[in-house]
Amino acid sequence: MAEPMKIRAQLSGDLVAIKVLIGHIMETGQRKDPRTGQLIPAHFIKQLSVGLNGKTVIAAQWGGAISKDPFLGLKVKGAKGAATR
Amino acid sequence: MNELNELRRTLLKGGCAAGLVAVAASAGLLLPGRALAAEWNKSAFEAKNVADALKGLGASGVADSRDILIKATDIAEDGAVIPVEVTSQIADTQSIAILADKNPLPLLAVFEFVDGAQGYVSTRIKMGQTSNVRVVVKAGGKYYSATKEIKVTIGGCGG
Repeated sequence: MAEPMKIRAQLSGDLVAIKVLIGHIMETGQRKDPRTGQLIPAHFIKQLSVGLNGKTVIAAQWGGAISKDPFLGLKVKGAKGAATR
Repeated sequence: MNELNELRRTLLKGGCAAGLVAVAASAGLLLPGRALAAEWNKSAFEAKNVADALKGLGASGVADSRDILIKATDIAEDGAVIPVEVTSQIADTQSIAILADKNPLPLLAVFEFVDGAQGYVSTRIKMGQTSNVRVVVKAGGKYYSATKEIKVTIGGCGG
């Protein structure tokens, strides 16, 4: 992926709070270019998955109406030292 | 020049035909019982109203629930970035879908959870105008929903 992505995970008890910030324009395909009057083609993230120790725990599907540079906060039950991906 | 134009016409026609094939193929997505991390749910995400979007998700018999907490601002100045936090206190939450009733394409996102993932999602959404934000939770094969109105002073869906 070309876009930079930041991930932070914080353990509290047996809950891991995961925060993800993705740099992406999330173009809906409904805006018009003010100069040409043409619609700007849609370009947004459609699928995203979060894995814990190699197993997918969250699978997300998105539409174009998630904000530009999406932020995502999630909570997963996991043992200390578990690797998130 | 004429020749070039003709070529362009042919290419455009070709493009349209290819588009139709793609639509036909995606119709298969309507089948219920999609597996986790399945293909993008085109029929639900491209639905233009809430009823169709719910149909695309396969959600029927949706019951109101007080166990779904939606934390968001009451009045959003900028419709392009509205922080929303959803917590489902329903046991065995399998998925959370977020919709904005009056958006051109109401379905915003669907999150599916397995093994230890908590029924919690925090994200930022775009809204075209003041409307209800609807959260539909699937738990134990049943669907529950909750709504919260968010007033938007400047729309975020462009135009």
